[in-house]
Amino acid sequence: MIDLLIGAIKAILIIFLALNLAAILLWFERKGSALIQDRVGANRANITGFGKRLGLPNVGFVNTLMADPLKLFTKEDFVPQDADKFIHALGPFLALFPVLITFAVVPFGNEIRIAGRTINLQAAPINAAALYILATIGIGVYGVALGGWASNNRWALLGAIRATAQMISYEIAMGLAIIAVVVTYGTLDLQAICHAQGGVWFGWLPRWGVFVQPLSFILLLTAGMAESKRVPFDLPESESELIAGYYLEYSGGKQAAFMLTDFAEIVLVSALAVTFFFGGWQIPWLAANGFHLPGGAFIAVNPLVVSIFGIIAFFVKVVIFCWIQILVRWTLPRFRYDQLMKLGWKGLVPLGLANLLVTALVVVLTQGTV
Amino acid sequence: MPMGLFWFLAVVTVIASLGVILQRNPVHCLLSLVVTLLAIAVIFIGEDAVVVGFLQAIVYAGAIMVLFLFVIWLLNIGADTGPSGHLALKFFGGVAAAALIAELLIFLLPPHLKVKFAGHSATYGSIESLARTLFSQYIVAFEITSILLLIAIVGAVALARRGPGSQLAKSASGSAPAERVL
Repeated sequence: MIDLLIGAIKAILIIFLALNLAAILLWFERKGSALIQDRVGANRANITGFGKRLGLPNVGFVNTLMADPLKLFTKEDFVPQDADKFIHALGPFLALFPVLITFAVVPFGNEIRIAGRTINLQAAPINAAALYILATIGIGVYGVALGGWASNNRWALLGAIRATAQMISYEIAMGLAIIAVVVTYGTLDLQAICHAQGGVWFGWLPRWGVFVQPLSFILLLTAGMAESKRVPFDLPESESELIAGYYLEYSGGKQAAFMLTDFAEIVLVSALAVTFFFGGWQIPWLAANGFHLPGGAFIAVNPLVVSIFGIIAFFVKVVIFCWIQILVRWTLPRFRYDQLMKLGWKGLVPLGLANLLVTALVVVLTQGTV
Repeated sequence: MPMGLFWFLAVVTVIASLGVILQRNPVHCLLSLVVTLLAIAVIFIGEDAVVVGFLQAIVYAGAIMVLFLFVIWLLNIGADTGPSGHLALKFFGGVAAAALIAELLIFLLPPHLKVKFAGHSATYGSIESLARTLFSQYIVAFEITSILLLIAIVGAVALARRGPGSQLAKSASGSAPAERVL
């Protein structure tokens, strides 16, 4: 019974954090884009002067966060005539669901020991987690594809076809990047991969995956951004020629679900990059009993506090990667479609294969002692 | 796997597979097929064949069904393209279905079915044991399969390639509006 309760709390915690981070990112992106383009950004939604009353500058932080979803959920839920009503309603949730369930295998902290009980801070500790991620990402295509098709609109269908082609193309590069990491660490278990990234090389360099698999990291981040269909990969949505692509005929809550999917995917890609390449919840030089600083200094820390530091470190790293993705979005222009396909099939896939080959060779020659 | 979960998945699988053959709209049929494949993948995982289950979800539900979706879209198959009502076709279809059911009944009922589902080793279905079997006992079959797939890929590239002077290359250089949009 208590195990069931702990499992439920873990699941709720990770979903709560993922969904809230996704919602905060919407505001983050509006203000971030404003910063980059030298504008003020979203500052109108301040109906009751909430920010001022709290002594905050009039940035609309709390209010934009509340106003955006409130506006979306109170709008009319429009279904076009001759649309496939069942699949039209199913589409956004078919897109959102696989992204959210992927968070189940992301370890957001080390094993915590409370009252003689060891709690693994991973909602679903399955030992084939890397395959699970590839499976859920693969299924995520259907929401976009069927949502666009069911709208009975040519622009939406074109957007859906573009999105499907783009997602299955970049899934291969993403899979190759993940497989290279799996080969390096010899396990599919994400918590074990995080454990393997503890400790240091040469007395100071953290044993993070990015120093072993730098190419893999770039592949995963690029392919992940293409999967989330954002600039410079936003051809399925391109406002200028396809209006909004696959979610053109959606309004209200369903459109909000598609938006949430995009932002949840950003969080997911960040979480995967952090788990595979930046030590997950590992903090440099922090072992289970305290900080072992490079100079030889040692600061003792309570093991429970170390675990809590780990959770905080994981989320700080995830937020940093979300910010990097937003920076990229507002820095680069959109690709042309042939450039997108060339980058995917002639750039990332051969690079990923070569990387995998070299990794496998090195692992076999060193007998997996990386 | 708990019995209740098995029955739930079994019922979902049967209903979804009936949906594949009974529905008129090809996209609805495809969606039913995806549900069928995913339910079978979960049954695999429940029976400890974890890797096979996930590979089923990745390869069939995640990749091959998307290909089917593309075929349906690009050939523009509408809801009205049902089977033709030809009597001979229905007759032979019925005979084939009856033969298949009879065969399944004969070979899957107790006297023939000797497979035991319980009592496998602890590493059963793990990626280690699967890889060990695949790359030692079945290595020849595995390599032959990969060469077959390679031939298929080379063949597909050769068919789709736009050589200089081919009809496709000419129309591409004129860049038809439809291609530019895509």
